[in-house]
Amino acid sequence: MSTIYLMIPVTLLIASGFLIAYIWSVRDGQFEDTTTPAMRMLSDDNSSSPAAPDLNTKNKRN
Amino acid sequence: MAKSLPVNLVTFAPSPPLAVSACIHCGLPCLTTAATKGDKHFCCTGCQTVYEILTENGLTHFYELNEKAGVQIKRPSRREQFLFLDEPVIREKLVDFRDGETSRVTFTVPGIHCIACVWLLENLFHLKPGIGRSTVNFPKKEVAIQFADAKISLSEVVTLMAMLGYEPTLSFGSLEGAKPKPAFRKLILQLGLAGFSFGNIMLFSICLYNGLDSWSVLNLKPLFGYISLALAAPVVVYSASDYWRSARTCFRQRVLTIELPIAVGIVAILAQSCYEVFSKTGAGYFDSLCGLIFFLLIGRWFQQKSYERLSFDRDYKAFFPLSVVRKNGDRDETVPLSALNVGDRLLLRNGELIPADACIVSGKGVIDYSFVTGESELVEKGAGDLVYAGGQQTGIAIEVQMTKPVSQSYLTSLWSHETFAKDRTDTFDTVLNRFTKRFTITVSVVALGAAAWWWAHGQPAVALKAFTSVLIVACPCALALSAPFALGTAQRLLGRQQVFLKNQHTIEMLAKVNTVVFDKTGTLTASGAAKVEFHGKPLSEAEERGIYSITRQSTHPLPIRIGEAIARRHTPETILSFVETPGKGMEARVTGQTIWMGSANWFVSRSATVPAELQSRGNSVHVAINGQYRGSFTLETALRPDADKLITSLTTNYTLALLSGDNERERVRFGELFGANANLNFNQSPLNKLGFIHDLQKSGKTVMMVGDGLNDAGALKQSDAGVAVVENIGAFSPASDVIIEAGNVPRLSQIMAFSKDAVRVVWLSIILSSVYNFVGLGIAASGRLAPVVCAVLMPISSITVVAFACSATHWLGRRHKLGGAPK
Repeated sequence: MSTIYLMIPVTLLIASGFLIAYIWSVRDGQFEDTTTPAMRMLSDDNSSSPAAPDLNTKNKRN
Repeated sequence: MAKSLPVNLVTFAPSPPLAVSACIHCGLPCLTTAATKGDKHFCCTGCQTVYEILTENGLTHFYELNEKAGVQIKRPSRREQFLFLDEPVIREKLVDFRDGETSRVTFTVPGIHCIACVWLLENLFHLKPGIGRSTVNFPKKEVAIQFADAKISLSEVVTLMAMLGYEPTLSFGSLEGAKPKPAFRKLILQLGLAGFSFGNIMLFSICLYNGLDSWSVLNLKPLFGYISLALAAPVVVYSASDYWRSARTCFRQRVLTIELPIAVGIVAILAQSCYEVFSKTGAGYFDSLCGLIFFLLIGRWFQQKSYERLSFDRDYKAFFPLSVVRKNGDRDETVPLSALNVGDRLLLRNGELIPADACIVSGKGVIDYSFVTGESELVEKGAGDLVYAGGQQTGIAIEVQMTKPVSQSYLTSLWSHETFAKDRTDTFDTVLNRFTKRFTITVSVVALGAAAWWWAHGQPAVALKAFTSVLIVACPCALALSAPFALGTAQRLLGRQQVFLKNQHTIEMLAKVNTVVFDKTGTLTASGAAKVEFHGKPLSEAEERGIYSITRQSTHPLPIRIGEAIARRHTPETILSFVETPGKGMEARVTGQTIWMGSANWFVSRSATVPAELQSRGNSVHVAINGQYRGSFTLETALRPDADKLITSLTTNYTLALLSGDNERERVRFGELFGANANLNFNQSPLNKLGFIHDLQKSGKTVMMVGDGLNDAGALKQSDAGVAVVENIGAFSPASDVIIEAGNVPRLSQIMAFSKDAVRVVWLSIILSSVYNFVGLGIAASGRLAPVVCAVLMPISSITVVAFACSATHWLGRRHKLGGAPK
């Protein structure tokens, strides 16, 4: 039964990992627009066209 | 020339012309055969160009994603048009950031409408070197584009977009800088945190509820208590922070809103729980605490639904262009509106807007003031005459000299009226707040009374328990959820029908309205669709075709509308010669016919006779063929379909009035429609309209104003519920509470009835949650209620209230025929 003393910190650690992931995704703006990414996925033309060049290498976040 | 012409009346209903084939780019009917490539037909050369560019650059996937997805190219775009964007002053304000090598800019593009648009705009880099990643936000109709400054300029990027049919909105208002970010991000963080803690605390609490401690050798209760406290602490501090702030405001301003009893409830649960944990008597009720905050935040999230692509508070700046052509000696330069000074000479071409009150220097002004005044007839002005801001020049270009700064014109001075200074969204007079006052007082009396009673009977322990139990049970979670869910559901149902509300409070306002004021032009009458009638000897088919052909050459709105009305199955003929006297008339030769079309004055000035009975009609265009006077086309604004039914259905329950900037020409017609009791006002200036609404409100009326255009902006803002009518959702609309698609105007009475019922649902939910509260209160006051029961009662009451509010509103929506799929 005393394993519970080990299990509780482990579960809390795992859970807080998910919480941190959630906070990161919100701050990253992933919830700002939930419509366009869905459309973008459907419009992939599978051709070998190159991806858009990311000109801004210094500061990827906006 | 006919002396007593037998007047035959021929009415043309606007009808789409019979198309040869549909344009492969935009899907519109091809009216000419000029733009063809192989077996592909185009409606215009603009579309053909775009098609060719896309094909050459291997972007034909565009047409695979959505057939005929293109946007029709209305006018060719030249780079000179956008050169002003490279001026440092303007560029700095438009660009989000630049680091010396690359820039990023965000544009609003109204043309974005489907998946193919998103794909094309995100593949812009294929078309021009120097363009980097572009990202579309579809709901906002925005695109963010990176570009390398060394390889491409801002004006080239915009020219490319405009050429493809995705011209960004470049209005005076877009220079104002970034709008403040909505509180959305913070809210979902708060919500996520509350949900996280609620779920995790629940895992521990369930063990305790199921009696884990009784068979375990370890005493886990205190440990679980401390863990729960640690998990709940950030929720109380961060997720509930808005409730603390609101409660503080309540104290300071001495008003009672729903947030105060909520905050008191949270404090009571927190205090009780902390006491139990630290005194080692229990594990507290942190699960209930976090659950409560979680549910409340869900309600708030539901309430915060906003329509991102719509703006409910635009002023004239969104309507005015970003730049204008200024004469500088012999040179024409494009300058931003903000750089204009009194005395500057401006060049205004066909369709361009007059940015400030000015005086015509040269050219013939034919000004369309319909947007500013609501007056639909064109006004002719010559050199030396004053023209007012907001008018649009039609016909040839004119040169004007500014007499007043942009911000102080006849039109823009409306925005300095006090009505625009006050923000009336923060009124506390909502259904819920009125109820909360009584509720809070009752709860305080019960809590203190119960505590006093047990104290007097010598049981201080029970007194404390009764006091906190009452506060916990009475915490009006269910009550706070009833309005957001009932009204939020109603707002969503209306949104699906292209009726967009600024916020939920608007529904309550719509339900309270007892007076409805209509604007005429553009609201009750459709601004474009005119009823075209021909008075005179009927025209043969060949003659009609000739007239149709020459109307297509004109820039004047009257012949254009006539052309649209008689188009039917005609294909245009070759014009052999064409002379237009702007604003007056035109003479043209087509096969076998010489056609004159123009105003009566123009006919008289060319020594032709016009029958007296036809001379005085407003909005008419006379026709002569081969020197023979044939009659005249008259245009009458047509009522929107079913607008008469709307008025009839409203007369029984509402006081009606009409405000029009137009002249009295149609008083009789609208008098019949509105009935004897209605107040019809013509020749109203924007300020008159505002004043009229204000007077109605002073006499105790709750007023709804239905209008479009800048001329109604003051009245819309002053009214209790301003309804802006737009032809296309997303097109310019002045500040208002409701944005409604023109086609939905006839359904206004239905929408108002629905709002009334939605407010009734709120009342019913309030009654339902009050029943829960008072049953709980009764038991809590008697001191017998185990806090565990409180913990169970709380979520059950919340969930039933939410379920009731949503399903009842949906049922109402179906009854009012508002539910179902979007049109």
